[in-house]
Amino acid sequence: MDEDFVSLDELRSVTADDIPLEAPATSSGCSSKSCGSSGGQGDMPAEVWEKIKDHPCYSEEAHHYFARMHVAVAPACNIQCNYCNRKYDCANESRPGVVSEKLTPDQALRKVVTVANEVPQLSVLGIAGPGDACYDWRKSKATFEAVSKAIPDIKLCISTNGLALPDHVDELAKMNVDHVTITINMVDPEIGTKIYPWIFYNHRRYTGLEASQILHERQMLGLEMLTARGILTKINSVMIPGVNDEHLKVVNAEVKKRGAFLHNIMPLISDPAHGTHYGLTGQRGPTHAELKTLQDACAGGANLMRHCRQCRADAVGLLGEDRGQEFTLNQIPEEVSYDPAQRDTYRQVVARERADHVDAKSRAIADLMAAADAPILVAVATKGGGRVNQHFGHAREFQVYEASAKGVSFVGHRKVEDAYCQGGFGEDATLTSTIATLEGITAVLCAKVGDCPKDELSRAGIIVSDAYAYEYIENAISNFYLNEIGSAAPQARSA
Amino acid sequence: MAYKIIASQCTQCGACEFECPTAAIKMKGDTYIIDPNKCVECVGHFDKPQCDAVCPVPKTCVKAK
Repeated sequence: MDEDFVSLDELRSVTADDIPLEAPATSSGCSSKSCGSSGGQGDMPAEVWEKIKDHPCYSEEAHHYFARMHVAVAPACNIQCNYCNRKYDCANESRPGVVSEKLTPDQALRKVVTVANEVPQLSVLGIAGPGDACYDWRKSKATFEAVSKAIPDIKLCISTNGLALPDHVDELAKMNVDHVTITINMVDPEIGTKIYPWIFYNHRRYTGLEASQILHERQMLGLEMLTARGILTKINSVMIPGVNDEHLKVVNAEVKKRGAFLHNIMPLISDPAHGTHYGLTGQRGPTHAELKTLQDACAGGANLMRHCRQCRADAVGLLGEDRGQEFTLNQIPEEVSYDPAQRDTYRQVVARERADHVDAKSRAIADLMAAADAPILVAVATKGGGRVNQHFGHAREFQVYEASAKGVSFVGHRKVEDAYCQGGFGEDATLTSTIATLEGITAVLCAKVGDCPKDELSRAGIIVSDAYAYEYIENAISNFYLNEIGSAAPQARSA
Repeated sequence: MAYKIIASQCTQCGACEFECPTAAIKMKGDTYIIDPNKCVECVGHFDKPQCDAVCPVPKTCVKAK
């Protein structure tokens, strides 16, 4: 099939100069109203922008272009959370704490080099367990040291519950780990007792209020120490309805006060099959609408991350895709050597593409703001590059944006249970669940859609359109709104 | 006087290995084992056996009969 846009998948045989840009833009200036993590540089200090611009988790814009990988070198943990079951190794599930295989630091090095040679989008190496990366410190440290020697420009990132964090902040700073994620679910230890049955600290196990009190103090201390050293922090909070949902507004304010760069409120994943305390006791997770309401209520506090995919501790690839199964140990060579050519070429292409995207996007948003009326939610099928470039039936998730007189803003994503189209023909059962997933969505924009699913979604009140295929996401949404939702805007299709 | 690890329940997280004050715990094959000749049940080191205190799975690091 002919896709005449910049195919970032096809970099292997070309150099940056060979790749044409589609519809180069000519306009100027970033009109982004949200200059935090969701837009471009805006008025963000240059040194901060430099740190986040290629980090898919810290910059919503970067997540269209850059990939991360996690290496599961840190299986040991020092606390028990009610949403986690430490016995669970699984190849088929996508959620934090789940891995296919644990790695030694040596194996991790071989894996990172192999991925860097084959996935040019790779920009970040993270250690996110499957236990706690700061508690299992010797393995985390050995991995970072070996990888940064082999691939000096890779960004190092770590995720922790915070209990052991204060012990290692100085070493993190020394190793140039400039992104640290702390999972903070409460700032009130009473609430903590409903989330953490025990912690292991200073050679003993603590339970009850005492456990949560210690954990809380260590989390706040760790956060303050990182802020003092200029290390960017992301705070992950699991939203547990009836336990800490309302309280997370207080958490947002408290972490902002202590210098947190981003706050990522994630929905509880709870299922009896996962064998977690919450799963087994029937604690439910929040709905899409409840999550969005809470996130919106926190606006104005610490910047919110809304594009988190709650990935596995061994995830590889762009957020929203997981290529981990392509890089299991048995597929990794014994001897590896890093070749920077792929990643260098990719970066050059992205730098050009990105500048064009920012321009085109700002014009599209300005058009929309001039003409839009009521807000609508639009879902987009994309496989990266910031464009509408995936077939409806191939989408494993849709990215959801709100279009209104305020512009186009990223809201979150909706996962599809099973992609609709498996080998060329769709399944009705899957379409029913896709329709349920798209609740509240006005329209789906994609690269291609068949008449059959289009009609069925239309009967469910959802417009599916491939008329905006390969446009930048914001332009596609803006043009769709202006053309089909209605308004007086004449010059709709500008970019 | 020693502890042992119930292999069928062990998640191989390795927390016990580095908490053990007498280096009695080692990976062997697919799982961790405690050397009964080295294990002192943490007497003289800590109030409670560290392997049991840190283990995420209840009743997995237990007193050997």
